[in-house]
Amino acid sequence: MLPELGNFALILAMIIALAQGIVPMIGAARGIPSWMAFARSAAWAQLSLLVFSFGILTYAFVTHDFSVAYVANHSNSALPLSYRISAVWGGHEGSLLLWVMLMSAWSTAVALFSKRLPLEMVARVLAVMGLIAAGFTSFVVFTSNPFDRYFPAPLDGRDLNPMLQDFGLIVHPPMLYMGYVGFSVAFAFAIAALLGGRLDAAWARWSRPWTIIAWVFLTLGIALGSWWAYYELGWGGWWFWDPVENASFLPWLVGTALMHSLAVSEKRSTFKSWTVLLAIFAFSLCLLGTFLVRSGVLTSVHAFASDPTRGVYILMLLGVVVGVSLVIYAWRAPQVKSAGNFALLSRETFLLGNNVLLVVATATILMGTLYPLILDALNLGKISVGPPYFNAVFVPLMIPLIVVLGIGPLSRWKQDDFGRLAKILRYALVVSLVLGVLWPWMLFGKLDLMVVVGATISIWLVACILLDLFYRIRHKSSFWKGLTSQPLSFYGMSLAHLGVAITVVGITFTSYYSLEKDLRMAPGDQLELGGYLFQFDGIRDAHGPNYTSTKGIISVTRDGKPVGTMYTEKRNYTVQQMPMTEAGIDPGLFRDLYVAMGEPLGDGGWAMRIYYKPFVRWIWLGSLFMAFGGILAASDRRYRLMARRKAGLDIDAKLATQES
Amino acid sequence: MRPKQRNRLILAIVIVLFVSISAVLALTALEKNINLFYSPTMIVNGEAPKDRMFRAGGMVSDGSVQRDPDSLEVSFRLNDEANEITVKYTGILPDLFREGQGIVVQGKLAPDGSVMATEVLAKHDENYMPPEVEHALETARKMGVADAEKE
Repeated sequence: MLPELGNFALILAMIIALAQGIVPMIGAARGIPSWMAFARSAAWAQLSLLVFSFGILTYAFVTHDFSVAYVANHSNSALPLSYRISAVWGGHEGSLLLWVMLMSAWSTAVALFSKRLPLEMVARVLAVMGLIAAGFTSFVVFTSNPFDRYFPAPLDGRDLNPMLQDFGLIVHPPMLYMGYVGFSVAFAFAIAALLGGRLDAAWARWSRPWTIIAWVFLTLGIALGSWWAYYELGWGGWWFWDPVENASFLPWLVGTALMHSLAVSEKRSTFKSWTVLLAIFAFSLCLLGTFLVRSGVLTSVHAFASDPTRGVYILMLLGVVVGVSLVIYAWRAPQVKSAGNFALLSRETFLLGNNVLLVVATATILMGTLYPLILDALNLGKISVGPPYFNAVFVPLMIPLIVVLGIGPLSRWKQDDFGRLAKILRYALVVSLVLGVLWPWMLFGKLDLMVVVGATISIWLVACILLDLFYRIRHKSSFWKGLTSQPLSFYGMSLAHLGVAITVVGITFTSYYSLEKDLRMAPGDQLELGGYLFQFDGIRDAHGPNYTSTKGIISVTRDGKPVGTMYTEKRNYTVQQMPMTEAGIDPGLFRDLYVAMGEPLGDGGWAMRIYYKPFVRWIWLGSLFMAFGGILAASDRRYRLMARRKAGLDIDAKLATQES
Repeated sequence: MRPKQRNRLILAIVIVLFVSISAVLALTALEKNINLFYSPTMIVNGEAPKDRMFRAGGMVSDGSVQRDPDSLEVSFRLNDEANEITVKYTGILPDLFREGQGIVVQGKLAPDGSVMATEVLAKHDENYMPPEVEHALETARKMGVADAEKE
């Protein structure tokens, strides 16, 4: 009975989403306040129904209701409680239910935090989000219903895919989806502004915090996915340029461009048409990502579902969203006047550089990702594009981006002076060139051109951030007063940029200085790697709730002193008869030790991977800095001032003086 | 020309130049890094390239996996039910590698007609078949039927 209630709530949510998409839109066009006000109540109703529906599916998992087909396919009576809950989004149907629930959570958040926005704007924004929600909820209802039943109910479930039975996979999809659907807010604001003819600085200021928060979630989602792949897939890779990874990375790149372009639109009232276009692209790429992952067109670790009708449905949704929004853009954008004027050497130009580089990077990755799919769809042969392509195109674009990233915040809006910039930057240049060579050489005792480049641009970036801080506070009466008088958004930006430097250092050092050894080891065998001595002590049998396992024990010493004992496992999940390797990792800020068992080779010998990975944690540490910087920037008081807006124009004037 | 227009023109030219250069470089990189897929039948017929990387896929033949006792060298045969090729690999095989399973390898052709693999990919559960391998099996079956009809 309960699953039917859940299904009913889902269908009701779909109808309400449709109403949320139509009624306020007409209300905004005709100027009927009560129709416009309906948007907020609709958002709340939709969220309540979807939470109810999601709760019922979760309850079915918790209580082992195997008469529900989705539960029977993704759970088992031996599955621990935490994984039974995360299994709700461990498969196609449930993860889409999560998708639409989060989508409506964003709608409700907009309804809640937009009290001071003009009602017409709120109505349009929520209407656009309602239409998107209606499209995806209907997709769930008609093609991917998680409440379908099995008759008769099976005695036990087929278990959750062992790869997904892991902490990383409990948190990775919700984070990523929060980011994906979060960009629908920026998209809805852009479309609403186009429709209402209100493409002004106020629009940019409203969109900014929403865009930043969506970007924060996407950043964390991607970092979690990378971290999960590193420890769970058992061979120590942290990025594979897998199409599904690219699917999340593409909206991130365009979203990053959008954040920066919004800054120009807000502060200088220029780049506006371009910003709108970026908002459309960012959300379209989120939908493309959903299509790639959920349609089953890809061969990848993620593509568990493959049903052609589903792919066609999402492709149609994607086509409608992109098509309609581009038509609205073509119709309305020519009326947008860009007010600002800027010189060749100005912060606008540097931000333009940021945008061009990020968009070109997106285009090249998109090409490598889609090219094999298009050839396959046209029956022109089956090909794959390997990581060397992506590295070859992506890295050369990121180097100038980071150089520009250092200069941008130090430069002035509208017009800057070359002599002034050169005078400030020469110290950063000298320090980064010297340390860029010395630092890696002192750490590792050997150099590679790309290592010097990576270290130099990272130090350059850090030096520029410090210079920026220095120039901002040197005229203040005291150091402390200077620090506290800076707005939160400045600290947010600096932290996020620092995060980029940290990630670049991590990627560079891990890529060039990792030591990796695959070998046969029998109990008692030793291996020296990166100054550590690894000794294979033997194996031990173990078992978990739904698997049996063989544990390999490796003791590690350095200069005769014990570092620790590492355990790696070969698990066999009993229901699906699927083997899984669990890597043993000894984490550290400056190096990870990584061991993973391969297969038994006879005579007590095992195939063994032993890796020494310097600075690998910095990759994810940098992402945390970026995300935290984003949170700081989004909580800057000027957005809240804007929201309160008690003194109207007075505040705008005050802000203008503060920022200059 | 007013300074504003001149600035815009310079920026536009720089961007267009930059984008075109990136496009050329990206296409060159793409050209070099495309890996075509070949089935065992195509490799036996000599269709696979001699000097560049490609992908091959099929079912791991039963009883064909042979290991070197002292190192991580391993060899096995891949079939598409019509033809069979030998694959040699040094390293650790993925968790889901087993006889009878559909897998994909990436590597180069050796002079003796075997494939020297640098990567072995086996994903998903025991019921899953990589789409390339499924396609290869279907093609081999169709060709088998066509040959039988000719005779």
